[in-house]
Amino acid sequence: MIKGILFWVIFLSLCFSTLSILITIYRCLKGPTASDRVQALDVLGINIIAAVAVFSVFLRTTAFFEVILLIGILSFIGTIAFARFIERGIVIERQHSD
Amino acid sequence: MKDPNDVILRMVTKVVVVIILTFAVNLFVSGHHHPGGGFIGGLAFVAAIVLLFLVYGIEKVRQNFPVDFKALAGVGVLISVLTGARGMFVGEPFLTQAFGYVHLPLFGKTEMATAVLFDVGVALAVIGTSLTIIMSIGDDR
Repeated sequence: MIKGILFWVIFLSLCFSTLSILITIYRCLKGPTASDRVQALDVLGINIIAAVAVFSVFLRTTAFFEVILLIGILSFIGTIAFARFIERGIVIERQHSD
Repeated sequence: MKDPNDVILRMVTKVVVVIILTFAVNLFVSGHHHPGGGFIGGLAFVAAIVLLFLVYGIEKVRQNFPVDFKALAGVGVLISVLTGARGMFVGEPFLTQAFGYVHLPLFGKTEMATAVLFDVGVALAVIGTSLTIIMSIGDDR
């Protein structure tokens, strides 16, 4: 655990990160089109990465760094899959043209 | 409908797949002392292959990577069972793991355990099962 001014810095960072995640969830629920919701999910993943990084500083451990990379990779692949579904109506193409 | 041109996605994928595969191998080999292991290493490998499926299509990936994934899952389970059965042949209980120190030319004195072989089996089973599910869902039309 961390005491002193660094505790309050991390605490405020986590509070603002939570606020950002809540605003992003609002856009994800309210978004008029599907593209808005997909972009909100991508931003949500990035905010969760930031929150995990700050929280691993709070816990003084390096055990969550793989989680950061893994959330980044999964968010990227999920966004690409949703984008292809919106654009072409199919996620994995059976036969490519070229 | 005109086929869209996704040259940026293809070039990004060529770089990112290498990074994801490196990260998968890192997760696999660090499972003994750090977070990671066969399960999540196999899933990161599957993530890279799924990205290739998304961008290049199933047919082209299968041409360049001709592995029967159902057989791969079976081979993984067989490897795990055989490393577990090794202890029975030398008079120890089932799933007893052995380890020893070997001298590798580049790494020096390295601890090698048969738990790594068990983890190889787990990783192959996870890769085969996940890719079989994804290919059999994505193939119907």
